[in-house]
This record gives sequence, structure tokens and C-alpha cells, in this order.
Amino acid sequence: MSRLQTRFAELKQANRAALVTFVTAGDPDYDASLAILKGLPEAGADVIELGMPFTDPMADGPAIQLANIRALGGKQNMVKTLQMVREFRTGNQDTPLVLMGYYNPIYAYGVARCIADAREAGVDGLIVVDLPPEHNDELCDPAQAAGLDFIRLTTPTTDDQRLPVVLAGSSGFVYYVSVAGVTGAGAATLAHVEQAVARLRRHTDLPVCIGFGIRSPEHAASVARLADGVVVGSALVDRIAKAAGKEQAVGDVLGLCRELAEGVRGARR
Amino acid sequence: MTETSYRTGPDEKGLFGQFGGQFVAETLMPLINSLAAEYEKAKNDPAFLEELAYFQRDYIGRASPLYFAERLTEHFGGAKIFLKREDLNHTGAHKINNCIGQILLARRMGKRRIIAETGAGMHGVATATVAARFGMQCVVYMGTTDIDRQQANVFRMKLLGAEVIPVVAGTGTLKDAMNEALRGWVTNVETTFYLIGTAAGPHPYPAMVRDFQSVIGNEVRAQIMEKEGRLPDSLVACIGGGSNAIGLFHPFLDDASVQIVGVEAAGHGIDTGKHAASMAGGAPGVLHGNRTFLLQDEDGQITDAHSISAGLDYPGVGPEHAWLHEIKRVEYVPITDHEALEAFHQCCRLEGIIPALESSHALAEAFKRAPTLPKDHLMVINLSGRGDKDMQTVMHHMQDKLEKHA
Repeated sequence: MSRLQTRFAELKQANRAALVTFVTAGDPDYDASLAILKGLPEAGADVIELGMPFTDPMADGPAIQLANIRALGGKQNMVKTLQMVREFRTGNQDTPLVLMGYYNPIYAYGVARCIADAREAGVDGLIVVDLPPEHNDELCDPAQAAGLDFIRLTTPTTDDQRLPVVLAGSSGFVYYVSVAGVTGAGAATLAHVEQAVARLRRHTDLPVCIGFGIRSPEHAASVARLADGVVVGSALVDRIAKAAGKEQAVGDVLGLCRELAEGVRGARR
Repeated sequence: MTETSYRTGPDEKGLFGQFGGQFVAETLMPLINSLAAEYEKAKNDPAFLEELAYFQRDYIGRASPLYFAERLTEHFGGAKIFLKREDLNHTGAHKINNCIGQILLARRMGKRRIIAETGAGMHGVATATVAARFGMQCVVYMGTTDIDRQQANVFRMKLLGAEVIPVVAGTGTLKDAMNEALRGWVTNVETTFYLIGTAAGPHPYPAMVRDFQSVIGNEVRAQIMEKEGRLPDSLVACIGGGSNAIGLFHPFLDDASVQIVGVEAAGHGIDTGKHAASMAGGAPGVLHGNRTFLLQDEDGQITDAHSISAGLDYPGVGPEHAWLHEIKRVEYVPITDHEALEAFHQCCRLEGIIPALESSHALAEAFKRAPTLPKDHLMVINLSGRGDKDMQTVMHHMQDKLEKHA
């Protein structure tokens, strides 16, 4: 079983949803970012999404755009991001870690090289925002053949006709983007989330994680009652932007992670 | 794609060779696919084509003249120079050709809200114009740097009832405006039609914009046959995203005797790194929904483009141009800011035509070649737009020269 499968099986056993946290690699700098990464599992993150910075994150809102700019300011790149994963894995063999980003930095690094190096570093899966199933042959197929999960975003605009096409190339879990919009934007109603989860479950056995616009422990808890996982990104990244210094950034992100974890863990009790 | 024609692309995945495609977020995919399907229907619908022809003629003012530039021809003493006068179109550039086509399509699809990105502002003005004509809400994303250097066009857009949204991210130019337009589209995907201004972006945009702009090349074919009784020997057009160029080139791609030249903006010079020449100084990559040549660093991060012309200041190029470059059907060459300004000045003084700075890049390359060519060589330069919008930029850069000639 892959690390993602194992983790979601354990959580199902424990009857609770996963807290999936997103931070951008190299934000605010390499060392602080690594400290955050290393601290997340202990602070309650069940699955980690690590953003690969890109100059033109077309599907991201202001919070994650700024995180990308901060990381790129410190010359973060694929080599350093994979190094960060290796350093994380020296102390943690259990927490699934998924790289998330846009295609061009992977394309420039080399697809085959990226897959091989990501496997070796201890990456479990990839989320590539601008690679729809129409281009599965580019990266999705070879990544899955090499044992990396390829996690797809599905959205309110993905209708019943298209959903099987999207899910056909999916593994690990399904990331349901609950609002048609950019990251950090407004949140969907719980009624919408409930319907969407029910619809996805008719099409797939993969765990369903819900993201976009989830900012508070209470909100995370309410979504955790409906889905297999709750994704939080912009709210965590905002703590880095607002911190007075790097130490505070690390503390604040992990602090919010603890609060969110408490919300998620208490949701079904 | 068959081997016998350069005009049959893209394939069913939207690819021209390895270039093009549909590299966008899932939220947009269903809409893009329905747009592709709707466009396929529309372009085979006589009623759609008839209405398009009506607006081309009575609203845009087509056909635009193919003007024999006698004074330029005399001055350079070689090739016979013709200017395709897209500057005489309504709103002053080729941009309106595409906007009319897309707004008719938007109406067919039942969309009432139009968004667009703009660099120099000509596409923004053309979009605001057609949105006003068809009674649709219009939002234009424009980088703050471009807003500063294109005040007149910003004012025009507002007069026409459009909302101009300043984009501060990045360098505040066309690339950033396009990112923000894509974000705006993702956020309002159900109600909104994204009217892309150049032959780039995800499939079907590159093919669709090319088709709407091909009216330029189709007219040139008929006009030069009438004037000279034969096809031109060479075509020259400037390339930013490359919509005016692909519109001129496409109807001639299969005519082996026609030499085709695209002119990229070399800014301060390719070796300075301050340029917008993605083919001469870039590498293949994926941005804004398509794979094409991009200005980028070794990590795949997009680098800033520079050109004196806001309209060419984009780090990519339409995917069909990338393919035509790769298979060497079209020759792509760089022209610097300085060379473009020289050509701008010559066109003003010798023909009484003030060209857009974009078009001045094409003029500069043509003026280099013309003296070396025989007198029976027929050369067509696409005068893609007029230079009114560039007065401030030119005044700033040519103060000394203007004083000398005063």
C-alpha cells in the first residue's frame, strides 16, 4: 500500500477525516519552510501538500501568489524543493507528502527526471493544476507507472459526463475544489459540499478531500463531518505573510495547524 | 496534419506539432471544450458567416486597402512595397477583426459578460467597442505599467462603458493581465466569455483567432492579384502573440514561392536579456494554457519581457508560430527598439502614415530587406495598427530626433 492509501485507511478505521495542509516550499525562506514542514505532522497534519513555486500561478489567489513570490525571492527551485522533502523524510516515514504546482517548472526540470527524483526523495504524489486529463500522456501516465499518485482536482463545473474522464487518471485521493474560483476565495455552503461528496462517491472509491475557502477550525470541522479530508492552504500561508519574523511564522503556522487539527479530530465525536 | 498542407492544424487535441494544447485548470476545461464545439458549429453555419461578413464590411470598414507605398519603394530602391492598411479599421488596428468574431460567438453561447486582457490597450478598446455594440458587460484586465503608458486607450475603454481593472502583480504588463483574466474567468466561469486578444491561450483560441484574422491574408491574396496579377514574393508582420501575423500568413502557408517573415521585439537586443523575442531568446514551455516558446529561466520560471511597444511586451508567442518556426516554414527575426523607432520615423515622413510601434518592427525588417531585392519583388507589410496610442512613448524616446527635423 502507498503511504496515502495507508493513511486514509487508518483514518477510516479511526472514523475521522484527514487534515490536509498546504504550504509553499521555500516560504518565507528555505530554513523556516523546512521547520514548518517538519513540524506539521506533530501539529496534526495528516497529509502534506507542498507547493512548488511558480512565477505565474494562474489559479491561485493573492495569498498563495505572494507565497510564491517570497519563495522565488529566496531562489527556491525544484532541486531545493526535493532536497526539502529528503530532509523531511529523515525524520518522518509515515506522513504522505504530495507536491502541488504548475507544469512549466516540471517541464523545464524534465518530466522523467522529476518523476525519478521525486520518488527517490520520498514524494508520494503530484497535483499539477494546469494538466487536465486531455494531457494525461505528458506526466500523469508516466508518474503513475512509476508509483507516484496523481491527484486530480474536480470542480463544480466538472459535470457527470466529464467526471469519469477526470477520475480515470486519478489516484491517491480526489481533491474537490468546492468553489469555481481561485485559492483563498469564498467558501461553498455545506449543502453544496454534501451534494458534491455524494455525487463523487457515486463515481469513485477514492477518498474525497474538500478545499478552497476553509479558514477556521469550526469551518474545517463542519466539512470534516461530510468528507474524507479537509484541505487548508491560504489560511496557513497568510500566517507566514503576517508574521513579524521567521520564528513567529513557523510558530503561527504550526499553531493554526494544531487548532485546525483539533477541529477536524473533534468533528465526528 | 497532412504533409502536403501547413494549413490543416491544429489536431483534435489542439496541437500544432508539439505546440498548443489545453493546459488550464479543471474549472475551465468544460467551458473550453464547449467553446470548441460551438466554434466548430459556427464556422460551418452560413448564417454566422454572413453576419460576420456584414460586420466586417459595415462596422469594421473592410476590406482594408492594400496600399502601394510608392515613396518608401522609391526611397529604398528595391522591392515594391505594399502596406496592408489594418490601421484604417474601426478602432485603429487588426484587433477588431477577432473581437467581432468572438462576440458573435459569445452571443450564440448566451453569455452576457465579456472579460479581456490588454497590453497596449488596442485589444481592450476593440473588446469594449464590440461589447458596447452588442450590449454586453465588459471587464478589461490591464497591468498598471501599461495603464501608465497607455492613458488614452484606458480613457477610451471607459468611454465605451468598460470597467478597467488594474493588475499590480508581476511587472504590471500583458502577462500579468492574462493571469488575472484567467483568475477572473475561473471565478465567473458560468456567466463569462473570455475574449482572448491574440492567437494564443488554450485550444480552440489559437485556431479561432487565426481564422478570424485570416480575413487579412485572404484580402491580400485577392488585392495583389488584382493589382499585380500574381502572388506576393514576401510577407512581413510583427509578432507579439502573433495574431496579425498569423492572419496575414495563414492563407499563404502552402504557397512555396511566398517567403514569410515574422518580426519579434528584440528590445535593447537579444544579448542584453531585455527583450520580448520568445523564439530568438526563449525555449519551449507551458504558460497560459498552451505550450509554446517562452522567455524563462533554467528553472522554468517566466522572465520579464521588454519592448518599447506595450503590445509586443509578452514572454510568449502563439503556438502556431512556434510550430512554423520549428518546421522552418516562416523565418522569425528580431528587431530592436531603436530599429523600430527609425522605421516609425521613416514611415511618418515618407508616407504620411503614423504606424503603431508594433507595426514599426515589421517595417524595420522590411526596410532592411527591400534595398537588396529586385524591383519586381512584391513585398507586403502588415501595417497592423496606427500609432496614435504611442505618441507619448515616441515623444519620450525621439525628442532629439524630432527637434533636428523641426
